Amino acid sequence: MAITINGTEVPLPEDPRMSLAEFLRDGLHLTGTKIGCNQGGCGACTVLIDGQRVLSCLTLAVQAEGREVTTIEGLSSGDDLHPLQEAFIAHDGFQCGYCTPGQICAATAMLRELAEGMPSSVTGDLSRPAPLTAEEIRERMSGNLCRCGAHNGIIAAILQVAQEGAA
Amino acid sequence: MNPFTYRRATTAPEAAAAAALPGHRLLGGGTNLVDLMRKGVEHPETLIDVTGFSQQIELTPGGGLLIGGAVRNSALAAHPQVRRDYPLLSRAVLTGASAQIRNMATVAGNVMQRTRCTYFADPAASRCNKRVPGSGCDAQGGFTRYHAILGGSSACIATHPSDMCVALAALDATLHLLGPDGPRALPLSEFHRLPGDTPHLETELRPGEIITGVELPPPLPAMRSAYRKVRDRASYAFALVSVGACITVENGHFAEIRLAFGGIAHRPWRATRAEAALRSGPATPEAVEAALKLEFAEARPLDGNAFKLPLARRSAAALLAQLIGETA
Repeated sequence: MAITINGTEVPLPEDPRMSLAEFLRDGLHLTGTKIGCNQGGCGACTVLIDGQRVLSCLTLAVQAEGREVTTIEGLSSGDDLHPLQEAFIAHDGFQCGYCTPGQICAATAMLRELAEGMPSSVTGDLSRPAPLTAEEIRERMSGNLCRCGAHNGIIAAILQVAQEGAA
Repeated sequence: MNPFTYRRATTAPEAAAAAALPGHRLLGGGTNLVDLMRKGVEHPETLIDVTGFSQQIELTPGGGLLIGGAVRNSALAAHPQVRRDYPLLSRAVLTGASAQIRNMATVAGNVMQRTRCTYFADPAASRCNKRVPGSGCDAQGGFTRYHAILGGSSACIATHPSDMCVALAALDATLHLLGPDGPRALPLSEFHRLPGDTPHLETELRPGEIITGVELPPPLPAMRSAYRKVRDRASYAFALVSVGACITVENGHFAEIRLAFGGIAHRPWRATRAEAALRSGPATPEAVEAALKLEFAEARPLDGNAFKLPLARRSAAALLAQLIGETA
């Protein structure tokens, strides 16, 4: 009965009512993961399970038993920032920063999805890998809201990292 | 949230047996059920996690596709065969929710998801015949922008929120069910019920039955299909109106036409009247216009959603015009 968080195995909470978001924050003090709406509407609680982006507020911690969870704390090591974190700073991809961990976790998985050729609803031709455009990134990041309105900076930051990765 | 116990089923028969027990509910991705539990709408005593089996997408002997009930929405939309042979399904799924939610949500859970009627989701302040049979409906006379214009009743005007199911209806999909009496199959178009005076009975699923998969018939040669969704923002929003269509045209006539709407009724609305009027007839804007008028003859729009009637007709007409153009 264990779950792996950022490479460390931890025992599951006893109460199955505990969401993964609550477990991360209150049980493990990994407060980088934020709870915004707590109903699957804002994306602030986005984490990765086995590399896939999911909403930790709508995931029961017990559902993640035996799986690997990566949070924003697991993306960087110390002051060595993840390229997306660097780019968010460079492009002013946030103001208050509350949605940022969710944005960056979502973007991490989104770049992999793009690289694997997964389509989105704005992909013109489903038979080919989607092109790397701001429009594609905007659609793919639509599950992460930013009330400060930093979306343009967010898209620019992700696009830069995507282009550097593709280069 | 009420206390509950959680366990994982490892096979479909095990899940079906558990589903027959009182207070037991099946848990897929949880994107709808966990939220409704937190809101006090759902109160299961035991959750049976059914994501550990029926995860495959396989070719059927007849050349169709069998999609396991636990396949995630994102995996379904990205599957090479679905993209190639059933692009309507990929398109519809990709317009639904967000990437995170599509990664979590299962195919069977999408079919079983409950209405997003805000009065249904508000036990503290709203009456709802679906939540508490006989208690009344506060949506009537309330904010009805997301409510039904077809097939509603004085007891309930809620809509089924799925995009995927609209595509499945237009694709003539069949649900594979497993219950105490063994397996059976049911067309998706016959699975969801209209509310009548029992809006709490939402599907034809019998006690102890589960959805194990969805079967798509083989794609028709030269079939054209598309999905159009109209919503309040460009992404990550439920449909005000959506429409999915599959057509084949021969010599300027509809050899086949299948048409379904979302966002306007208690179930994914298969437009059987319009289909019957158009099948074998001329593929012209005039014929389409007349058939859509027939389909919506019994529409009962409300003050807050009267815009949906012309919107649904115009969206369907535009979609069919686009598809007819592609076959020319």
